[in-house]
Amino acid sequence: MTATLSKGWQFRQPSVLPGFRWALGFTLVWLTLIVLVPLAGLFLRSSSLGWDQFFALALDPRTLNALKISFGTAFAAALANVFFGVLLAWVLVRYHFPGKRIVDAIVDLPFALPTAVAGIALTTLYAPKGWIGSLLAPLGIKVAFTPLGIVVALIFVGLPFVVRTVQPVMEEIDREVEEAAATLGATRFQTIFKVLLPGLAPAVLTGFSLAFARGVGEYGSVIFIAGNLPYKSEIAPLLIVIRLEEFNYAAATAIAAVMLVLSFAMLFLINSIQAWSRRRYGYGA
Amino acid sequence: MAHEARQYDRVVSETPFARRSLITITLLFLLVILVLPLAAVFTEAFRKGVPAFLESLGDPETFSAIRLTLLVAGISVPLNLVFGVAAAWAIAKFEFKGKALLSTLIDLPFSVSPVISGLVFVMLFGAQGYFGEYLQQAGVQIIFAVPGLVLATIFVTFPFVARELIPLMQEQGSADEEAALSLGASGWQTFWHVTLPNIKWGLLYGVLLCNARAMGEFGAVSVVSGHIRGQTNTMPLQVEILYNEYNFVAAFAVATLLALLALVTLVLKSVLEYRYSDELSASRRH
Repeated sequence: MTATLSKGWQFRQPSVLPGFRWALGFTLVWLTLIVLVPLAGLFLRSSSLGWDQFFALALDPRTLNALKISFGTAFAAALANVFFGVLLAWVLVRYHFPGKRIVDAIVDLPFALPTAVAGIALTTLYAPKGWIGSLLAPLGIKVAFTPLGIVVALIFVGLPFVVRTVQPVMEEIDREVEEAAATLGATRFQTIFKVLLPGLAPAVLTGFSLAFARGVGEYGSVIFIAGNLPYKSEIAPLLIVIRLEEFNYAAATAIAAVMLVLSFAMLFLINSIQAWSRRRYGYGA
Repeated sequence: MAHEARQYDRVVSETPFARRSLITITLLFLLVILVLPLAAVFTEAFRKGVPAFLESLGDPETFSAIRLTLLVAGISVPLNLVFGVAAAWAIAKFEFKGKALLSTLIDLPFSVSPVISGLVFVMLFGAQGYFGEYLQQAGVQIIFAVPGLVLATIFVTFPFVARELIPLMQEQGSADEEAALSLGASGWQTFWHVTLPNIKWGLLYGVLLCNARAMGEFGAVSVVSGHIRGQTNTMPLQVEILYNEYNFVAAFAVATLLALLALVTLVLKSVLEYRYSDELSASRRH
């Protein structure tokens, strides 16, 4: 150990633990081979199209509609999940009722149940003759084979993302904050909406962004219930598959590149908002 | 006293009526959104009775789909396990430049659509891909064959094990390992006898989630599979094919196997969370 070690730029801080080079080397090689090279290949491929062709493909009305449907339904489903997810987390953290452990465990079902299984099950339920569909049909509400069906499927896949990001932060809330609010004369309603919920904002935003990102790309649970009518209920991932089956690689690549750029941009934006609100409100997420 | 307790309850909790209403709304929501779909899978599978259910499971194509799913998961999960441990060792035990970026890149596959996760490998190894011609000359098939399914599955399940281990190992710090090393243990001895016992439940947790996704993945494998019956159809793909042929009993029969896998995963996960919560990362503790 010489004195020069602590001076100047250092790639890593000294440690007595062995294996850094091997672990980092293997991590980088595996990451590059499995994730970075394939993703870079996609962007390289789409850049070889040239701007004119790329924009022609990306701004094709059918593509634009599919993107609009994917992002729109994912946004609606993520909003619904924020509402029900926060409610669910609140009930799980604050209240006691029989069977709470089972309820807590079943929240993760969408993580564990394969999407194709969820897709055919939801379609069967919401089809006009299904258990739920037959109840809604007399009211004139059609869910299966409409964009509403897509939203239902995305609520299913996205729910645990919101609950599992909000729940641990809610458990950390100091009860003294509520007591202070109450002694200062706040009603319970005011305490919840002006004291507790703002502090949960970073966690809620994180949950929202995770559910939204998952919803935009979701395929398996959606294609069965969506009906897949071009311009009406055709999602962007399905359009990629259709173009690929037509051997129209250029179009498939262009749609994929647009989707990737949009989702990465959304994640970056939401991460920034989250970092800001964490500084503002002080809770971790 | 009782009166005071009630008063306290009133200011820092909701009224009993509000509490009961919220619980009821939540349970109804869960019933409609989560429980009914699960119930529908089993009801539909047994709609025409047990013999029809068993007959559709005895189909040779279904059998080969089950075998293929086990094979693909059997290759992908161990590879991602080794990767996850290596990544967590580097990220959690050392301080180095670019660590935050590396963590972000590891999480990247979570924000990529499954369809695109399959597409990227078609672009590399498909007939019109970068290496397509070369592979054709060498007589190696990756797309529409098992290697493609494995690659796509590794991509989508890439972050699972690392995501569980990194926060856990960061919380645990390096004091145990430093003690072992100072007592003369070698690097490998330290890893096998100190680190691994510390992280075993967290590792199992990550593997459990990784495996559930690997066996259930649909979008990514659908793009690279080519849907060759009896050869490149995994269980979720077999479900799709049977469903699209209006063979609902058979589709839901295969789906029950996947639903059982999901239920077993959930039970094991809950057992880990309640029994070994101290040995999981903080966000997994209840």
